[in-house]
Amino acid sequence: MKAMDIPRDPYNLIITGVGGQGNVIASRMIGDMMVRAGYRVTIGETFGVSQRGGSVMSHMRISHTSVWSPQIPEGRADMIVALEPIEAIRVMSYYGNPNTVVLSNTRPIYPVGAIAGEMTYPSLDEIRACIERLARSVAFINATEEAVRLGVAILGNVIMMGAIAGTGILPLNIERFKEIIIKRLPASQHEVNITAFSRGIELITNTAWTHPSAR
Amino acid sequence: MSYLLDEREGSEYLIMGNDAIVRGALEAGVAVASAYPGTPSSEIIENLAGVSKERGIYAEWSVNEKVAVEVAFAASLAGLRSICAMKQYGVNVASDFLLHVALSGTRGGMVLVHCDDPGALSSINEGESRHFARMLELPLVEPGDFQEAKDMTAWTFELSEEIGSCVMLRSVTRLSHASGNVRFGPLPSIERKASFRFEAMPDDPRTGPVITMPVVRRHEELQRRLRRAAQIFESSPFNTYTGPESPEVCIITSSACNFYSREATALLGLEDRVGILKLGTTWPLPVGLVARHLARAPKVLFVEEVLPFIEENVKVIAAERASEIGPTLFYGKNDGTIPMIGELNPDIAARALARVMGMKYEPLEAAYRTTALRTAEEMAPPRDLTFCPGCPHRASFWGLHHALTLDNRRGFVCGDIGCYTLGFLPCGFNVMKTSHSMGSGIGIASGFGKLKGFGFDQPVAAVCGDSTFFHAAIPALINAVHNQADLLFVLLDNSGTAMTGFQPHPGLPLDAAGAALPAVDAASICSALGVPVVTADPFNVEETREILLDLLGRKGVRVIVMKQACALSPEKKGKKKFAMQVDAEACRGAACGCNRLCTRIFRCPGLVWNASIEAACIDEVICAGCGVCASICPAGAIRREEITT
Repeated sequence: MKAMDIPRDPYNLIITGVGGQGNVIASRMIGDMMVRAGYRVTIGETFGVSQRGGSVMSHMRISHTSVWSPQIPEGRADMIVALEPIEAIRVMSYYGNPNTVVLSNTRPIYPVGAIAGEMTYPSLDEIRACIERLARSVAFINATEEAVRLGVAILGNVIMMGAIAGTGILPLNIERFKEIIIKRLPASQHEVNITAFSRGIELITNTAWTHPSAR
Repeated sequence: MSYLLDEREGSEYLIMGNDAIVRGALEAGVAVASAYPGTPSSEIIENLAGVSKERGIYAEWSVNEKVAVEVAFAASLAGLRSICAMKQYGVNVASDFLLHVALSGTRGGMVLVHCDDPGALSSINEGESRHFARMLELPLVEPGDFQEAKDMTAWTFELSEEIGSCVMLRSVTRLSHASGNVRFGPLPSIERKASFRFEAMPDDPRTGPVITMPVVRRHEELQRRLRRAAQIFESSPFNTYTGPESPEVCIITSSACNFYSREATALLGLEDRVGILKLGTTWPLPVGLVARHLARAPKVLFVEEVLPFIEENVKVIAAERASEIGPTLFYGKNDGTIPMIGELNPDIAARALARVMGMKYEPLEAAYRTTALRTAEEMAPPRDLTFCPGCPHRASFWGLHHALTLDNRRGFVCGDIGCYTLGFLPCGFNVMKTSHSMGSGIGIASGFGKLKGFGFDQPVAAVCGDSTFFHAAIPALINAVHNQADLLFVLLDNSGTAMTGFQPHPGLPLDAAGAALPAVDAASICSALGVPVVTADPFNVEETREILLDLLGRKGVRVIVMKQACALSPEKKGKKKFAMQVDAEACRGAACGCNRLCTRIFRCPGLVWNASIEAACIDEVICAGCGVCASICPAGAIRREEITT
């Protein structure tokens, strides 16, 4: 079932990842789609030195009526979308609550401390278990692997955007995506982006959500 | 066509605060725009340059902020509207000239946009540039949301012309780099004629020569301009109040803290009991307006970033108008209700407001919060900042690290602001030991380089980027040469102002809009000073190390230009020069005497340790194909193959 409206006002969405994964552009595109659908949107993000290997996040506030703070208050995230899996845990720890929905890419980007052997990067099963303990429901998709298959690894962000649309929680769909990429991207990139977005929708549709209550 | 040129009045877009400022300037018919890039201000001039052709604007990346203000001021003297944008450090650089601009006054509307970075999200200080408004005696305005960022920018040009003064418009990261809905106004026609008039006597501000003497008389005129601004601010629509007629607490706030104050009030459900006075004009304060609000509330909470600027200035009003205001309890930074360091957010504002109201703010159940925090601590290893895969700085610092180690005299590197600031971290092999303002590494090294007479025997190197070289390093280099200091100057030339998004600088053959300009050659400037200049490619790891080692052993000023473009530069981004591969057979893993040199020390994000096969491997998605790691493996297990296209 496709959403006709936002489930809560403001609806608080966080897109997180590591600098260079296309986090900022993903939040801008979703923001553009929501504004075209008639909403008022605020996006808060940081870039600059934080991009150099650091954790990044975009805070989105989607509302019918008002401009909200570009920083979401503690525990108020309704949905967290992670382009990198441990970032989902990091963001949950401050912004999550027992009703948060989490959508995560499976592909790790190792912190340099983990590459150097100074710390351990958890397994995907461990990450899954952690998020299940904290969130209402969680789904993992292989966005980067799919993007590599499409020949453009950076499109993991667009696949994740498709997955957000595919959850049916927000009034997003492929038609709206097409409208905004025509404005934003050169024609040569339209087809591969649309394919990536559609793959995201398919992937999430075929992915089982896990809920702590169901176990 | 850029949406910034949308002619339809009332059209609405989701845009960054910086773009809102751009649109405001376009709606005011700005003619000249100048800046030195700096996060979070860079997009302002960048995006004005992007529409400069269509809107008949002259936009330039100036060599530094002081020159940027001088360029904008000339436009003002010629009767044009001009805008200058900079981050908080920039105001320090420009302040010498700005003090004179304040004194002499302006003609065409002139707006100085200064973007502070509370919390230093992308800075190496969190300096508060609002205090310059008091020191310089210039009017200061602060937009409180995205729509105001546009509307106030357009209005400040009128204000500037009405009072004959440059106006400071202050933004912060959470406004400049945040986005919200903005409704556009009309774009004016763009016919302008520039002419500088100087035929009258110097005391005629519109048609005389523009000088700051006689100083005391000019100072009197300056203060008259400021009083006129205060008068205008009394009825400014950008000072707003929301809340009950007689609030229990009045929050006084500005800028992005307006968002946090509104959210805090909503989080605590206090909309009927707490009022918010959002000030858009914060220097000089509108005394009458502030006094009226102080008289209505028994308690006042200041929510602002970073230092207590409004707080202290409002308290002066409270003291001067004590008889009409009556007893008021003040809460803010001075009494510790709000922190005086770092950036604020809705939670900090809510906790402060709850404390003043005698309430509790607990957003989450304590047990959940504890579990969530512990989980992140155990399962989400922190991400130290690091150079990007393929970054030439990693290779340059690798060379410096090895040369300094081989030289074995406790040598070190002095640095400054840029991506290469990270040279103090493990990603730069910790070689950088001082890092301060633009160009200061060479100045500090110049000082160290004269301490031989006091028994100082450590070799000193200074690094700076190509853009920083032009901005502030040249005088310090001349100082070192003239005073015969012993130092090695390393120019990290990555072909652009990389950290802020590849704005061109005088060393590149491009203007702000991408058209051709003659480039100024940094190496030739150094040679002209009469010191030896060597050029090296940091990606030639061994050769660079040998050159550096040789230069470290010499006396006087020596210069090496490390030339290799940034991995994110337009010419390199997304293109791999080499296909990289680790021969798992040749990698001897833990048994190798190198003790995992590649991943433990070199630590490029694109080269990871595969624990299951006990060997290094390339992460294809992340690797930029620079080929450097092939030079560092003692077993020769990392292989590179040039990609031919």
